[in-house]
Amino acid sequence: MNAGPLLEARGIVQEFVVRDYGGVKGGVVHAVSGVSFDLWPGETLGIVGETGSGKSTLARSLLQAPRPKSGSVIFQGTDLVTLRGRRLLDARRHLQMVFQDPFGSLDPTWRVVDLVEEPLIAYRIGDRPARRRRVSEVLELVGLDPAAYARRRPRELSGGQCQRVAIARAVALSPALIVCDEAVSSLDVLIQAQVLNLFEQLRGELGLSYLFIAHDLALVKQVSDRVAVMYLGKLCEVGPAESLYTDPLHPYTLALLESIPSPDPAAGRSSAHTAIHGEPPSPVHPPSGCRFRTRCPRAQERCALEEPQMRTLAEGHSVACHYPLPAGASPRPAASAAVPQRQPGA
Amino acid sequence: MSTSLLDVRDLAVRFRQAGRDVPAVNGVSFTAEPGRTLAIVGESGSGKTVSCRAVMGLLPPSAVVTGSARFAGTELLGLSENDLRRHRGADLAMVFQDPARSLNPTMRVGTQVSEAIRSHLPLDRSAARERAIELMAMVRIPLPRRRYADYPHQFSGGMRQRLMIAIALACHPKLLIADEATTSLDVTTQAQIMDLLLDLQAQLGMALILISHDLGLAASYTDDVIVMYAGGIVEQAATRRLFSAVRMPYTKALLDAVPRLERPPHSPLPVIGGRPPDTGALPPGCPFAPRCPSAADRCRQQAPPLLEHEPGHRWACWFPCENGDPG
Repeated sequence: MNAGPLLEARGIVQEFVVRDYGGVKGGVVHAVSGVSFDLWPGETLGIVGETGSGKSTLARSLLQAPRPKSGSVIFQGTDLVTLRGRRLLDARRHLQMVFQDPFGSLDPTWRVVDLVEEPLIAYRIGDRPARRRRVSEVLELVGLDPAAYARRRPRELSGGQCQRVAIARAVALSPALIVCDEAVSSLDVLIQAQVLNLFEQLRGELGLSYLFIAHDLALVKQVSDRVAVMYLGKLCEVGPAESLYTDPLHPYTLALLESIPSPDPAAGRSSAHTAIHGEPPSPVHPPSGCRFRTRCPRAQERCALEEPQMRTLAEGHSVACHYPLPAGASPRPAASAAVPQRQPGA
Repeated sequence: MSTSLLDVRDLAVRFRQAGRDVPAVNGVSFTAEPGRTLAIVGESGSGKTVSCRAVMGLLPPSAVVTGSARFAGTELLGLSENDLRRHRGADLAMVFQDPARSLNPTMRVGTQVSEAIRSHLPLDRSAARERAIELMAMVRIPLPRRRYADYPHQFSGGMRQRLMIAIALACHPKLLIADEATTSLDVTTQAQIMDLLLDLQAQLGMALILISHDLGLAASYTDDVIVMYAGGIVEQAATRRLFSAVRMPYTKALLDAVPRLERPPHSPLPVIGGRPPDTGALPPGCPFAPRCPSAADRCRQQAPPLLEHEPGHRWACWFPCENGDPG
């Protein structure tokens, strides 16, 4: 349609007030503090971060559920933050979401066919026979045989099949962008691989873009063109998936990489000992300056005084850090070039 | 073999449900040694948790457990609840997946730790309190004396799991079973908890059994691995050996399906179709045959036995993968 980004997020801020006993204002949770990024048509942008980093809140802010405190979300040329009522619903038709818990996000009393038809009814699309045809079409697309599954209820499905139904619901309205919030995290590894491959297949067939949110860096890298790393409500690094892994710039990205256990025992667990210590500080009282400084092995005085701004150090690779890592800081640089094959021999 | 701390032989578990017998575990044998870490990996429903709960005597009354589980020479299966209680906590302890639900939300955390101590050791209140603070320090909870009087909701997920470990270690168990103990935690916290568990294991000379669906975790932190499928063991070897020379196609499928940092973005993951079979209606022959890429007629007729084909490496397959075989 247009040559610009599909989605432009600019300075998104989301805050929640926590109440003390008696409803007294106790403090403000700075869940998302000024996040900006672009998402291009056909692109998958991954967002990784730990529990409480604000990644789910960011996703919900994009969908205006709830509306962010400030900032703008320009989707297909219109700023969603300024829209109300019917016009917001219409704009959101092309922006769908898939959630983590496949059982929790489907009404247990509904049949698969009704679950997938619901979004079509909500947007008053076609008549009943046309909608039913569309339901069969999308069920086919997500790899569920309509003849066998359309009449079933969620409890008659496995977790992987439920997630396919949730994806069918999201795809039914032919969206341009699907936000996946930990969409495969609760699935067993073999089923997870099937669903990840389904996401990839739909991307090719339907020209979809994804915002893929997860806490697992390896998982995000598997499906993403670019990856953004989030810590305590702020983005600390954004870059192409491959270079984020081979040349992490932010000490936090490196810590995440080092924490991932490798399925190759030869890699050992020596790296795990150098991973960061402690826990993320409370988002009610985020540290001054750089929010990661309290756990950062490279932190200097400047990090407490001055907040690092996002700056581009390599092509498409930006970091918000005063003392970024030198090139090739990855804990497993040698393996990056190799084909993912196990070593023959004992 | 008789010198093993825990020696499980031919363990089988069936559940009686509405007049039907549903098998959950079929003829599982393994041992746990002091100072070593054993990983039991498999998908949901493969029987890994049920096997360990059977050893701990934590299954509901509808479970029928047969076989043998000897702990330091004592047969655990068939013990009365009273006798079992003397072993649980003092000899064998378990840490569960969900630390939020394993702790009592209305009780101060320190009281929960000292309760575990006093149920096994003849200590008075203040001695148990000192010991609890010691334990909280051992699992690296900062400021244990001050946090003793806190409630579980004041702790983060990682800190709650440390508390659960402190409770499990209250009476110096000889065997600790960690059932998906780090699954609900972030990767950075997971690394911290795993390091803590292994340090404590070395310090106390415990045997550790790690139940997990995460092969990466098993590869990085354990000495031996058991792979379970549909209630049975399909492959068993030392960790280094297993991951460098996978024989069972199921293990290979699991290993291939894990997203790895070494893989380029958008590369399709090698997957196998289908789902784990219902253990109540297993097909004749190998339970993995319907999903196996290298299954032949023989696999569908005759179940392969779990045999030690190479020194220290057992597998149950008629047509094992070769080294570097794409499968």
